[in-house]
Amino acid sequence: MEGSKPRAMNEQVVQDRTKEAFRLLTLPELAGLYSLARRLDEVSAEDLVQETLLRAYRSFGTLKTDASVGPWLKRILVNVFHDTLRKRSRAVEEVSVEEIDDFSLYRTIAIEDPFPYSDTLHHDFLSAFGKEDVHAVLMRIQDIYRAPLVLHYMEGWSTKEIAQMLDVPLGTVLARLHRARKRFEIEMWSYAGDAGLLAREETP
Amino acid sequence: MTEQLIPCSEAVKRLWEYLDNAISPEEQESVEKHLAFCRTCCGELEFAREVRSFLATGTSDVIPQHVRDHLERFLDEL
Repeated sequence: MEGSKPRAMNEQVVQDRTKEAFRLLTLPELAGLYSLARRLDEVSAEDLVQETLLRAYRSFGTLKTDASVGPWLKRILVNVFHDTLRKRSRAVEEVSVEEIDDFSLYRTIAIEDPFPYSDTLHHDFLSAFGKEDVHAVLMRIQDIYRAPLVLHYMEGWSTKEIAQMLDVPLGTVLARLHRARKRFEIEMWSYAGDAGLLAREETP
Repeated sequence: MTEQLIPCSEAVKRLWEYLDNAISPEEQESVEKHLAFCRTCCGELEFAREVRSFLATGTSDVIPQHVRDHLERFLDEL
């Protein structure tokens, strides 16, 4: 069914369904696809993108307009990721929530005071992280928790859409997201120490 | 009638959901009531907001040249 949303001015209905048309549409999306794949599954990122391109080409007929090619490809990529997740040995859900719920990055930074001469301690803490550091922190989080975090906060999908894409109940997505946020904060703190991002780690 | 304030631990647990607009109006109210009285949790909220936008901008779409080459070749051979 055609959506009721009006089309953007420069949006074109895809009419040319040739291989060359597919190639021209997907080339500008490769970096975005690879970046998402790498955050979902670093080890098989390239395979994930290849499988995505293959599936996308097979269902090229379902792409309506050229402007939606990015989200369309990313959705397929998440599906591929979901299938590989299912095939792998069952990921173990963490059971106890209490001890990680007690962690507060905000309070930890205030108490540990990693930048003693700063008036903007919390801001400085975040500024110490480059994009590759963020990536490294994400990789410390178990994939079933990392996926909703990436898809919701970095890619902007709603929790409902994520539940559909990952084929789990909404409540499961919300619970995993809650855990993922906490894990992210915990891992940010431990990574900052390990990677020497904190001023107090400097040796004289 | 005054309802009891929720403790900091409860408020902090809900801050991200609060920022995501993902909690019920009642929960939202209980978080706001708490925030009106608690400066520490206001700090927590500001920081949660900062971490949230930090995450949203925490990636860039870069692809190593050799991976791009592989994928372009893959597209050629479809």
